[in-house]
Amino acid sequence: MSAVVDTLRLTAEDALGLVDRGEVSPAELHAAYLQAIDEHDGELHAYLRTVEEAEGTSIPIALKDVISTKGVETTAGSRILSGYVPVFDSTVAARCKEAGLTLLGKTNTDEFAMGSSTENSAFGPSRNPWDPTRVPGGSGGGTAAAVSGGLAPWGLGSDTGGSIKQPSALCGNVGLRPTYGTVSRYGIVAFASSLDQVGPVAKTVRDVALLYGMVSGRDPADSTTVEVDEPVRLPTDERLDGLRIGVPRQAVALEAIEPGVREAFEATIGLAEELGADVGECDLPLSFDYGMPCYYLIAPAEASSNLARYDGVRYGLREDAETYRGMVERTRDAGFGDEPKRRIMLGTYALSAGYYDAYYGQAQRVRTLIVREHAAAFETFDVLATPTSPTVAFALGDKAADPLAMYACDLLTIPSCLAGLPGLSVPCGFSEGLPVGLQLIGPQFGENVLFRAGHALERALDLDLVPERLR
Amino acid sequence: MAITRDQVVHVARLARLDLSEEELARLTGELGAILDAVSKVSELDLADVPPTSHPLDLANVWDEDVPHDALPLDDVLRNAPSAESGMFKVPPTV
Repeated sequence: MSAVVDTLRLTAEDALGLVDRGEVSPAELHAAYLQAIDEHDGELHAYLRTVEEAEGTSIPIALKDVISTKGVETTAGSRILSGYVPVFDSTVAARCKEAGLTLLGKTNTDEFAMGSSTENSAFGPSRNPWDPTRVPGGSGGGTAAAVSGGLAPWGLGSDTGGSIKQPSALCGNVGLRPTYGTVSRYGIVAFASSLDQVGPVAKTVRDVALLYGMVSGRDPADSTTVEVDEPVRLPTDERLDGLRIGVPRQAVALEAIEPGVREAFEATIGLAEELGADVGECDLPLSFDYGMPCYYLIAPAEASSNLARYDGVRYGLREDAETYRGMVERTRDAGFGDEPKRRIMLGTYALSAGYYDAYYGQAQRVRTLIVREHAAAFETFDVLATPTSPTVAFALGDKAADPLAMYACDLLTIPSCLAGLPGLSVPCGFSEGLPVGLQLIGPQFGENVLFRAGHALERALDLDLVPERLR
Repeated sequence: MAITRDQVVHVARLARLDLSEEELARLTGELGAILDAVSKVSELDLADVPPTSHPLDLANVWDEDVPHDALPLDDVLRNAPSAESGMFKVPPTV
């Protein structure tokens, strides 16, 4: 190898430079990450499987295991899809291939992306590179652990209520949940279709912007996608002059926010002012009071419908029985873990005769108010800012037995997901030696303003985001 | 609002889940607690508010009416737990 590759520090942009200048070949780069995986993934369990052969002309990428990859097993972290090998590529996997990216492997996830810690994966949890006794967040904890542990330069995740943003915060990465409709879901294992979005996770805001540019745009195979009018602008500005940042009063008032997280957040808002931003308070009273209950009706309702396809007929697990119905019921009981079952049951109940209006119908109306509240805030502000997660990474097992405690991890990320708005999590400091994430929310299709704000703060903060124990 | 064991049995039937006795007992408690928390949405009087089914202002997205190849039959059946004569095979339905 002609250049030494430090996978812990190499950004995707720098890796692209090495390949472009011919200093490292795509195969050498792929091999360097495989070697890092070999050394560290026994401890981190970021990957469910790796791909040995580098097929491509550019740098490697890790894909969350809800993203269908032709010829490479795709399980969504579930036993019911164990052994399932897609016969087609998802659109995002195809776009990565077209860009020359080599597939390093498929990363761990909570089963069907349902969870905030990866502890719901049927194949065992991933661990946080900053402290392996703690979770990497979820559901995209595998991708987040891989990127911060030097096991991938970047990756793609999926986000329904916080599955890109929250693990990025807990592992010290940058993660983007794009505007609903900007990235194709064709070939993504569906969870809740009015919320699911695919998005990038990387070490820097520029890397995230670069990858977003590669995978976004209308896809005829996904009729919910739209053409993005404004091209992605790689951010360069180190000032925030004229940028109006709104801080939702009701979000920062939440008692669930740990003091250390609050401190890092407030210091970062102070820094934004020094960089020239105009900071003010805004009000989103319903969003943070009713966002959680609204989400935990809509997402399970849609999940119960999407997961009806796992019936032991066309793919995945089958448990034999005398009758068709018996086979379907036994297959689903054996194949789904506790969390998907809980959500299927909750969603089925919320959609059932006599309860539909009171639960699902009412939640859809609350959602309208949340959309309106956000739209009103963007009449005054360019971006909104909150902490991404109320806490730093918590210990494995801490919340695993209490579904409601786990659901509360997404308290701050959920409202903007319901509104379909883009959100960027950027590392903004440390608490107890663990990374803290800043969540920046933009207006619909406002990715560029998030990149600008995130990049300027990232430069000014200049944090060392290699986990201390690995330096 | 709590949910009864009988209701949980009924919902499991709708959801095609052959839950064990232990699962039924546990889910009755867990779903009760979750329903208590999410029932908060009913506090609001929203009779005049239209529902949002998804966040994009899209309607009637049309495709060009152009024929294209479907997946080869071998590929379609490749992941099937059981197949015969080019068809998925399942136990008797009645």
